[in-house]
Amino acid sequence: MRSTYYIARKEVRHILRDPRSLMIAILMPILMTLLYGYAINLEVKDIKIAVLDYDNTRESRELASRFYNSGYFIKPDAAPTLSDPEMLLRRSEAAAVLTIRPGFAEALGEGSRFEVGLLLDGADANTANAASSYAEIVLRKMLVDRLPPGFDPPGVELSQQVLYNPDLKSSHFFVLGLIAVILMLVSALLTSLTIAREKEVGTLEQLLTAPVRPHEIVLGKIIPYIGLAGLDGLLVWSFAVFHFGVPVNGSMALLSAFAVIFIVAALSIGILVSTLVSTQQVAMLVTLTLTMMPSVLLSGFAFEIKNMPRVLRIVTLIVPARYFIVIIRSIMLKGAGLATLWPQAAGLLAIAFVLITLASTRFKIKVG
Amino acid sequence: MKTIEVKALSKTYGSILAVDRVGFTLEAGEILAVAGPDGAGKTSLFRSICGLVDFDGGEVRVAGLDVRTDFDAVKPLLGYMPEVFSLYPDLSVEENLAFYAGLFGLGGDAFRTRRERLYDFSGLRPFAKRRAEALSGGMKQKLALSCSLIHDPTVLVLDEPTTGVDPLSRKQFWDILAEIRAGGASILLSTPYMDEVGRADRAVFMDRGRFLARGTPADLVGLYNGKVFEAPVEVTGEQLRALRAGGTTAARVGATLRVYAARGADAGAVAAELGRAGVDAAGLRERQPGLEDVFVHLMGRRPEPPNGESPEEGMGGGGER
Repeated sequence: MRSTYYIARKEVRHILRDPRSLMIAILMPILMTLLYGYAINLEVKDIKIAVLDYDNTRESRELASRFYNSGYFIKPDAAPTLSDPEMLLRRSEAAAVLTIRPGFAEALGEGSRFEVGLLLDGADANTANAASSYAEIVLRKMLVDRLPPGFDPPGVELSQQVLYNPDLKSSHFFVLGLIAVILMLVSALLTSLTIAREKEVGTLEQLLTAPVRPHEIVLGKIIPYIGLAGLDGLLVWSFAVFHFGVPVNGSMALLSAFAVIFIVAALSIGILVSTLVSTQQVAMLVTLTLTMMPSVLLSGFAFEIKNMPRVLRIVTLIVPARYFIVIIRSIMLKGAGLATLWPQAAGLLAIAFVLITLASTRFKIKVG
Repeated sequence: MKTIEVKALSKTYGSILAVDRVGFTLEAGEILAVAGPDGAGKTSLFRSICGLVDFDGGEVRVAGLDVRTDFDAVKPLLGYMPEVFSLYPDLSVEENLAFYAGLFGLGGDAFRTRRERLYDFSGLRPFAKRRAEALSGGMKQKLALSCSLIHDPTVLVLDEPTTGVDPLSRKQFWDILAEIRAGGASILLSTPYMDEVGRADRAVFMDRGRFLARGTPADLVGLYNGKVFEAPVEVTGEQLRALRAGGTTAARVGATLRVYAARGADAGAVAAELGRAGVDAAGLRERQPGLEDVFVHLMGRRPEPPNGESPEEGMGGGGER
């Protein structure tokens, strides 16, 4: 343990004196978060909605004008084509298309069941979400306004169909997933670079003649970076909460504990990479490939795991981000605790344990 | 007491035979120099001894301990200085020392005492706070030596410690080595400089993974039983080839040409040989053979590939052939 302390102390000095590591650690997360911040449009107003009025009655025209007068919706520049109502969505000329089939006025008068169609562009999940609830409000208001007080409104309902992103993942979901992606990326990069640098500069040759055991080197390298990556996590988390308004519904102590386990797994991946490569450049390349792609594509960050083919679903089991993304989303948004999260906790712990064991044993005390 | 004992050591990298069944011993309080051209296998030999690479055959014992099985016990006895500067460039002189002291279990007062002694040795005290990357070549080497000495090892293994260092620093470095030896430690080092080979207690000439000759510097000089002639002339590669084609053993040394002739040769015959190859023989004179001549001469007669003779014979006999 004594050696671990000296290596950790040395590593802290490297971190503080190496602009490159510091840039990766501090600047990259800020940059990534900001990029995503601009990419996800959070302001929802003036939603472009096209109305296809097949009913063409006084009532149907009233509904259309109620939409445009609500303050939420505006007319798109192009008129919808009757034969291909989706075209406006595909071209992003409208965010939604309202379809009023013949019989709307009749149903209103009789009070019978009727469905008004709402087609939504799910690619912009945030807008689609907002459009859906606003449309609900506008329709409900018209039904209620037409009735004397005390009567139940007729059975006219909004039938929604979301295109392109049926799960309607919100920006909260993305930002929280982003924390996992950034932590994985930065942590793995930092450790893979620190050992690759020792190989590249030649310092490893001297270090290995000292009475140090591989696991002491591995631990000494990991411990300072837990702190640095933790700081990163806090940074991105603050962005999520204060900039994107992600609610804090669960225990932050629990989240921090999981974050540390997740970081250890990520740091171990970096060490594993560094045992395979001998220059910092290759280390960076391999680490980016190895962490970025699975963490984005196979973790539930971008795509639902349950919609993946069976083989890929199995592959996701070894992606640490898969577990942490569920954990951070559940804790932050739903206030979940260990009672519901234990399968993810177990998965993450198992992976972290396997990775750090592999890293310690694969890390050899030979130079060539 | 034997501090290093190497028997029939072989090390290959893929199909390349870097060290070919080499054996030697290093006695306590002795400096052994290994001289040889780049690629002779010196670094592979040293790395094998220090447990930095797995070797393919043979045996290495340090203070009687097998480095393959007792490496943990060997490490504290061994001080190693790699050929390439291997300390942390972004750490200061003192921080580098403190780091290695810590790894060897030296903290607090024990470290400070040791550090001051090493500063006395090396003259690095005024640069204690300077980052290693900002040191001059000579100072870097002194720092590297200090780090390899931090735990007071009984055996020092120094891989070309003075290569690329200015002559004054080289001299200071050797004064330090002499002090270390006086303290009872033994030193194994490699060097391209023949004057340094002359300062060692014993030396070996190494080439292509094998030992060509070994002995005290005087022994090695004595291995050469011919005459050496020197002409202050810079020959072209073509002239050199012409000389060799004519059966003359010759080599460029600095700005002079050296001719290695048999014991019975005289200056007149050598001058005639030079003339036939179109070389100006003016100023040709006989010189006392030195270590360099032995070395150059041996290099010119590279060894035959091993054909099954025992390693000891193979290496010991190299010089007498």
